[in-house]
Amino acid sequence: MEKFGVAQSQKFDTYASRLLPREEYFTSGHRSCQGCGEALAVRWVCKAIGKDAIIAHATGCMEIVSSGWPQSAWMHPWIHVAFENTAAVASGVESGLKILARKGKLKGPMPKVVAMGGDGATTDIGLQALSGAMERGHNFTYICWDNEAYMNTGIQRSSSTPYGAMTTTTPPGKMSIGQHTQKKNMMAIAVAHKVPYVATASPSYLFDLYFKVRKAIETPGPAYIHVLSVCPTGWRSATDLSVRLGRLAVETGVFPLYEVVDGKYRMTVEVPKLRPVKDYLKPQGRFRHLREKELNFIQRYTLAQYELLLKKCESPYPEFPTVPLDEEPQEG
Amino acid sequence: MAVKAHRVGMEVSIAVSHAVQLARAEAIAAYPITPQTHIVEHLSSLVANGDLEAEFVNVESEHSAMSACIGMSATGARTYTATSSQGLALMNEILFIASAMRLPVVMTVANRALSGPLSIWNDHGDIMAARDIGWIQIFVENGQEAFDHSIMAFKIAEHYKVLLPTIINLDGFILSHVVEAMEFLDQETVDSFLPAYHPRFSLDPKHPVTMGAFAMPEVYTEVKMSHQMALVNSYERIQKVWDEFGDLTGRRYKPVESYRTKGAKVLLLTMGCLSEVAEEAVDQMRDAGLAVGLLKLRLWRPFPFEALRAAVGGTELLVVIDRALSLGGAAGPVLAEVRSAFYPMASRPQIVGYVIGLGGRDIPPETFKEVVAQAQAEAQQGPTAEYHIFGVRG
Repeated sequence: MEKFGVAQSQKFDTYASRLLPREEYFTSGHRSCQGCGEALAVRWVCKAIGKDAIIAHATGCMEIVSSGWPQSAWMHPWIHVAFENTAAVASGVESGLKILARKGKLKGPMPKVVAMGGDGATTDIGLQALSGAMERGHNFTYICWDNEAYMNTGIQRSSSTPYGAMTTTTPPGKMSIGQHTQKKNMMAIAVAHKVPYVATASPSYLFDLYFKVRKAIETPGPAYIHVLSVCPTGWRSATDLSVRLGRLAVETGVFPLYEVVDGKYRMTVEVPKLRPVKDYLKPQGRFRHLREKELNFIQRYTLAQYELLLKKCESPYPEFPTVPLDEEPQEG
Repeated sequence: MAVKAHRVGMEVSIAVSHAVQLARAEAIAAYPITPQTHIVEHLSSLVANGDLEAEFVNVESEHSAMSACIGMSATGARTYTATSSQGLALMNEILFIASAMRLPVVMTVANRALSGPLSIWNDHGDIMAARDIGWIQIFVENGQEAFDHSIMAFKIAEHYKVLLPTIINLDGFILSHVVEAMEFLDQETVDSFLPAYHPRFSLDPKHPVTMGAFAMPEVYTEVKMSHQMALVNSYERIQKVWDEFGDLTGRRYKPVESYRTKGAKVLLLTMGCLSEVAEEAVDQMRDAGLAVGLLKLRLWRPFPFEALRAAVGGTELLVVIDRALSLGGAAGPVLAEVRSAFYPMASRPQIVGYVIGLGGRDIPPETFKEVVAQAQAEAQQGPTAEYHIFGVRG
């Protein structure tokens, strides 16, 4: 797999976009907000998944904007059940397909199973179902659309909301700076489940996103991809800045793009020199109440976190052992 | 009897899992909860030993059990699960969605009291809290009925005109853990009775569909109406499947069963395995010269209004037994339904309701005798309460 760094990805529209699939599986006509980074991510993730796939989607922005009966933006077979159970639904789909294939009732290639949900559906209310599905080792890919709050219900905080952000349930005031907790590290949680492929991704880096999805769905067993999805409505940012903000999140070290293959961390987009986090925070109204003190704290925390990530990438030790299949004890 | 059958003595839970095996369930997702455990334990071992070709998924909660069942059924696999009490309560949210999505999951509920206080023992509080989930709901009385319905439920649920998930209610412990003699069917007979499931729509990349779209106010009511019509219309199909099974095995089922009702002035109405105790009580009362009969309500949803009215006939006094409470309400769930069934009738019996047997309280035949005596007194003097909770100490 090629590595697409900052330099390459900045030129993608000049030479390689033609190589990516032209088929649209997440079609136009849906009702997402102007400048929705998530819709862009969904469109490209669906291209990467390819035709032979089944999608289970959680309740949330993307479900609401795309599936109002009698319309649907989804060209894949697609199922929505509830908010917190998407990983469990995907477990069921994968198990159903497995038994139908075993009994000869399923003709043709085995469809890939992909579960999708927002950060609330993933890191908060759906964490148990996701933990169960990852632990059981179902062959599926889980994709989290992380727009860092409950945007569908009106910008309430989730455990994925970053420190200092203003949301409607973490309003800054005399006694509060807004969200006072740090963003939950879902990738580490997935890695702790010994998930063989875990990655962060961003629609601002399309090749990186595209190939990570390909890797994820080709990995036997569970895979987890965490996609930062810029939300102009909730982030109080200009709608024409969504792709740019996605880049700035990476270039400032706030949202590094990396993958963890069989427990081994690796940066997929290297940033030679990090920009100051202010460059990322300033265009967003949700951070505009922050004073120098908090901005400095965010800067120091971001760097400390980034350093730790680099250390993990340099570590010769994987996060969990992998034993080749033929060394496992035989059944019977 | 035209079919090969053999008589076995077995714990009812184990018999249910064998019936599910004979029905060739393909996908099972379950989470352990007392007193449902023996069913899923035995199914796991049937799968582990290769005696049942199925995917058994040990999910991390009942909420995920029902969610996984929806995913399984949506691919077109014949899907089964079992639960009880808190487990049924935890999956409550998803139960409504399974029926609204018209996925024919079959589930056994080993009925158990709801917490609190915590109680692992039997009553009907769990299923009554899930009364309005839009599933077909059947109560069984003994091991044979549990075995038979565990096969028939798939045939009912999967019929293209029904396509509704189905619950078989089985009283926890006092039925689920009892060893009974039952007539088993062989695989050939079950295969001839129950064809493979071929859904018209499933999650298939060759024919992509969107399942679980949301509805705006313009269509929500219409969707609910179609669900209501499907559930009401399933009545006919349920009776057809019962008749077909009766032709095959000689065991005939009806939505409301009558026991010694001829000439009865008082009728008891019960559900589940309590009916067997009530039969015993009716026998004793008949021997003592009392004109008491028994109605056994097998079909709870869709509710058999006409069949119930016909079975009650011109009886003067109907004594309805509930094993669940509707706290602060007008009646226990069964009593409320029965009163509602008779309210529009020009001639109707006096209806008195008793709640008995909560949280595993043992019900001997004497309880029914006392209940009938009290109900007769109440009928004479006029109602003293909306309903009565019988046998409260202190």
